[in-house]
Amino acid sequence: MSEEFGGARLSPPVSARDHVAGDANAPVTLVEYGDYECPHCGHAYPIVKSIQHRLGKKLRFVFRNFPLAESHPHARHAAEAAEAAAAQGKFWQMHDAIYENQMQLEDEDLVATARRLKLDAEQVARALEEGTWTARVREDFRSGIRSGVNGTPTFFINGERYDGAWPDEDAFVRALDQAAKQAPTGRTAS
Amino acid sequence: MAEHKDSSNSSSNSSSNSSSNFSSDGNGASVLPAGTEAPNFTLKAAPDRDISLAELRGKPVVLAFYPADWSPVCGDQMALYNEILPDFREQGAELLGISVDGTWCHKAFADARKLRFPLLADFEPKGEVSRAYGAYDDSGVSQRALFVLDAAGVIRWSYLSPMGVNPGADGILAALERLTPEQRGASASTSASSGSRTSAPAATSSDAGAAR
Repeated sequence: MSEEFGGARLSPPVSARDHVAGDANAPVTLVEYGDYECPHCGHAYPIVKSIQHRLGKKLRFVFRNFPLAESHPHARHAAEAAEAAAAQGKFWQMHDAIYENQMQLEDEDLVATARRLKLDAEQVARALEEGTWTARVREDFRSGIRSGVNGTPTFFINGERYDGAWPDEDAFVRALDQAAKQAPTGRTAS
Repeated sequence: MAEHKDSSNSSSNSSSNSSSNFSSDGNGASVLPAGTEAPNFTLKAAPDRDISLAELRGKPVVLAFYPADWSPVCGDQMALYNEILPDFREQGAELLGISVDGTWCHKAFADARKLRFPLLADFEPKGEVSRAYGAYDDSGVSQRALFVLDAAGVIRWSYLSPMGVNPGADGILAALERLTPEQRGASASTSASSGSRTSAPAATSSDAGAAR
């Protein structure tokens, strides 16, 4: 529908700047644009986990930030805390921990979570204070707008927006399986 | 669904290049295409404040017609625009949301969602402006239609989204970026095209918006 102006197609494609979980050579790439304070994203979190488990090596999963900060006052700092954790090599641990404690998103909660994950918590606190990762999070947000993200969570399967009902896990898995079958073997970057 | 973009940058009467699906969404409505002069209007932005489109001459304007305050999808669309507002403003553009809801309803909605752009009430006569833009639905609400106007008040891009689909902001941003410096009303341009540049100084003082 919106191809005419380049919407609904992931832009830019997944690259080295992204946080990637799973096999780099997987035939299917699932990208989520998510907001840490969004209840729907919280709902999607275990579904994505389960899907990762079910697809195994067929899937790589990428998370990009799309904080609706005007509606969710903690979303931006939560995203920045996860980026700060990424700088210490623990993005996914932090990502998971935040979604598992979605009710505790004050700065001190985020720093405490970092400490619990044995990160340099002071560094995370400083990054939040200084806005070290603000631009990077905004960059993600803008890429989401460009890609046709219109709410959270929005998913892309091999670069194409998935407009199916993601809460229906089986249908989601079928769509991913379908994409895996259609994917050319031996991936080129997408 | 149906997008119109200006095929040539400055021609007055562009035959839109996406004429194949010429903005008809099944109920006969058809949004004004690119190249059309945007009909002027004066609508209430607050119980005691009017905004005229003409006041905004001199800068690009984004018009976002939407069916109703409070419906969850609308909230999403307006919340999204609220987030991306700095990017619209970076392009020098003003954003106006328009629906048939009354000003008090708009105010409550804008306050609840912390919206920082005006919501205009196409309330009396109901839907008159929406109709003028081909963006009125017979069910009694505005359609989900987007327009990007240049500094001279000419429509440069329009888009009609299915009622239930949040059209996002990518089309708006792409259309704003396609504007030529002149269409943006860039103050640098000395090639004053015509007398149509009134360079209205922020008639909608940015933050006051409809709310607060």
